Amino acid sequence: MRIGHRLVVGVAALAVVVAACGGGSTSSDAAKTAKSAADLGGMDKLVELAKAEGKLNVIALPPDWANYGQMIDDFSKKYGIEVNSILPDANSQEEIDNAKNTQGTDRAPDVFDLGANVALANTDVFTPYKVEAWGDIPDNIKEPTGLWFGDYAGFTSIGCDVGKVALPATVADLLKPEYKGMIALNGDPTTAAAGFHGVVMAALANGGSADDIAPGVEFFKQLNDAGNLLPVDPTPATIASGQTPCVIDWEYNNAAQTDALAGQIDWQVVIPSDAPPVASYYIQAINKDAPHPAAARLWEEYLYTAEGQNTWLKGYARPILLDKMIAGGTVDQAALDALAPAEGTPVVLTQDQLKAAQDYLKANWNITIAAG
Amino acid sequence: MTDLQAARPASPGASGAGPASGGAGSRRMRRAGAYAGLLPFLLYVTVFLLLPTLLVAVGAFQDDQGAPSLSNVAAVVTEQAFIDAFVRSIQLSVVTALAGAVLGGLLAWAVASGSAEGQLRHVVVAASGVLAQFGGVMLAFAFLATFGINGLVTLVASDWLGLDPQSGSIWVYGMTGLAVVYTYFQLPLMLIVFLPAIEGLRQEWYDGSASLGGNSWSFWRHVGGPILAPSFLGAVLLLFANAFSAYATAAALISQGSPIVTLQIRSALTSEVILGQANVGKALALGMIVIVSIVMALYALVQRRASRWVR
Amino acid sequence: MSAVSSPQRRRRYGRTATRTAILLAIGGYFLVPLFAMLEFSTRGKGGTRTPDAWLAIADDPNLVEAILNTLGIAALTVLGMLLLLVPTMAWVMLRVPRMRRVVEFLCVLPLAIPAIVLVVGIAPVYRVLNGLFGGSILTLAFVDVILVLPFAYRAIDGGLRSVDVVTLSDAARSLGASWPRVMGQIIVPNIRGGILSASVLAVALVLGEFTISSLLSYDTLQVVINLLGKRNAFTSVAVSLAALIFGFVLLYVIARFAPGSQVRGRAAEEGE
Repeated sequence: MRIGHRLVVGVAALAVVVAACGGGSTSSDAAKTAKSAADLGGMDKLVELAKAEGKLNVIALPPDWANYGQMIDDFSKKYGIEVNSILPDANSQEEIDNAKNTQGTDRAPDVFDLGANVALANTDVFTPYKVEAWGDIPDNIKEPTGLWFGDYAGFTSIGCDVGKVALPATVADLLKPEYKGMIALNGDPTTAAAGFHGVVMAALANGGSADDIAPGVEFFKQLNDAGNLLPVDPTPATIASGQTPCVIDWEYNNAAQTDALAGQIDWQVVIPSDAPPVASYYIQAINKDAPHPAAARLWEEYLYTAEGQNTWLKGYARPILLDKMIAGGTVDQAALDALAPAEGTPVVLTQDQLKAAQDYLKANWNITIAAG
Repeated sequence: MTDLQAARPASPGASGAGPASGGAGSRRMRRAGAYAGLLPFLLYVTVFLLLPTLLVAVGAFQDDQGAPSLSNVAAVVTEQAFIDAFVRSIQLSVVTALAGAVLGGLLAWAVASGSAEGQLRHVVVAASGVLAQFGGVMLAFAFLATFGINGLVTLVASDWLGLDPQSGSIWVYGMTGLAVVYTYFQLPLMLIVFLPAIEGLRQEWYDGSASLGGNSWSFWRHVGGPILAPSFLGAVLLLFANAFSAYATAAALISQGSPIVTLQIRSALTSEVILGQANVGKALALGMIVIVSIVMALYALVQRRASRWVR
Repeated sequence: MSAVSSPQRRRRYGRTATRTAILLAIGGYFLVPLFAMLEFSTRGKGGTRTPDAWLAIADDPNLVEAILNTLGIAALTVLGMLLLLVPTMAWVMLRVPRMRRVVEFLCVLPLAIPAIVLVVGIAPVYRVLNGLFGGSILTLAFVDVILVLPFAYRAIDGGLRSVDVVTLSDAARSLGASWPRVMGQIIVPNIRGGILSASVLAVALVLGEFTISSLLSYDTLQVVINLLGKRNAFTSVAVSLAALIFGFVLLYVIARFAPGSQVRGRAAEEGE
């Protein structure tokens, strides 16, 4: 009796351990190493494998960031795959950290949407994959073997509640006294890419260049001294409640607020005219330890279809295949027209310029803006 | 408490002797057995607290590639930005710990002087429990919605008192604002940890003091105060450490410039602009542990004096 | 004292007027920001009042699961904390007073380490735990016990100091009681207030814990609330306020109906 009892308990324990060690993913090994849809036998096979996995973990995709809310819903409905949105507030570095912290579990993120800076520093976390539209992606915004590839860009913009204060036309306007206690920057420039490019925009408007952002830091010092700069972190809630009447952020973030607050707050967006538009491309990559590799690859394929790219366009981002879509007539014209007007050649910082700017900021930002 | 306790083992029956007491060997074994009673706690804390702390401490002495290096620790103790951040953090923690302790202590007294099973006690305990953990983005939002430029209180003040909303609310966005918002979770915390101690004060002691001709003030000065002092100091220490390690609320209110240490750590660990700073963050964390240890040592010194009158 | 038979004693070293003033002032200080949150979350288009933001809370399918999981973690955390701390602290007070400083330091240490740093160190431990428990969300209780140590220690310590634990246990031991009996029937009943405070703090902490859960990608209540709030500014405030109210109700129920919370007064009566 007793031996039988112990045997049952032992087998049960063993079963538990085996089940636990087995993990939760039902991925196929072929999908783990596939470098393109062709490797798996075509798109249909990829869709089949992805549906079998049934789940996708995405990270750092707030619903109102470049219309990711709709992107996730559309993808989920089209393929019947449940999308789990982890850490929507995370920035690019936190995405990588999360992948490392949850490595080997089925909660790890499958795909990343990263700033260029972080992507370039962490290519050892990615696995190469070339989407079907690979050839159409410009060469300077993709890695030759497919480890990472650009997805969309935005221009740094200024958004304001015009019911409270007039929309500035230039960066210099922000120093005017009517903006006292009103302007918030999305993130500390030493920590967040959106804030960083706000400083770049200020630099370009004040005699600086992509190589020299010192005038930008100086501008923000003046803004702070004048009492116009709020140290508060702008969120949709602070915008809706009037705590941050003006926000410097990516165009797609500001424009999304215009839609979200229609009827309550008249939020308008401008790309200032005294500086060339400042742009930064975000980067897509697949986690090499993705718990759902087929679903991850299908997600990437979906993002680079006209449907996916237009979803980003509707979110006021400028998708990477935009020029191709305009030429090919697949662009959503209404969404294109809704973008804020921008003159001049966009400025995108190179890696070297980024590094020089980071070093300057590291030495000078905190001291300049130290809280009272 | 320690002084009298140390004297006790000399007296029979106090060293935990049961019916069977033996000689020196048996006493040594009993002492070993006494320490063994702490084993579960020590094991658990080692795995889930000391091990992670060790990993962090080791990281503090490595550079970005993993090779041993003192550069992070050197940067932490020499760079002005970091030193300023530590000073501000300590100031903020001391001020909010004392403010929270005093106001929370008053509130605890107000609640304790009611009936023990009354609804007030349960309501306040429940509310304090929830509010002690209320922080981050939402607390910052609620605070700005009250005291910010458009806040309820600011608007009322400008209507009734003619206060200019712009200048009247500018304090909210600096360290002063941070101090005020921190009391929002310090006070309830104080209440909840101090209430059991205040409720331990016996009515008889007050009656005894009164019968000897003392009034309320002399009761608190000679009886209540000294008895509560150890618990009060312990609560102040807790509040200090709580404020010292808080960052979510500060991150939402003062998103520019990382003025306090925890924001510096957060920036170092999670910056997507300046990479490779993770170990500097760990060095800063090590600095925090050192400071809390020093504060604990000071607290232990003061505690010894304060516990003179308590067994 | 034995002449007083009603379980409700009014402590006479307080003055009602001062009491009321303090309660009102501090109560007001806390209620105004909460009212501001309520006001904001019910704003509608064009200056109307609408409950839409609150109704949107019910739309989320993950919320119920998150609530249940978080309650499970809370229960385990309270259990783990009490099992770990109460015997240890009593043991230290009675048998190894020299270790008191060490235990106290270990119990304050979690507060010296911000959560984001703790995650860096604890991620490897959790990888092992994932292997053992299959990635169950309930494993968060392990780290939550650590997080609650500083608060629970202080609460239980306050309780232990207010009772002469040493004399009571000496008396019990000399009458032949075993250590478990001393713990269960002498010490625990006398520190009910401290235990209750510590438990309330533990539940509140688990309900409010966000950083470690989100960084380890577990969907606890706060994580789901945060996600829910992303859809809409008004919903984010509404759902946070709803979580506060939920926590308050839960803690009130615990404080009101916890075993012993009504007995304490009478026992103290009879003990005098």
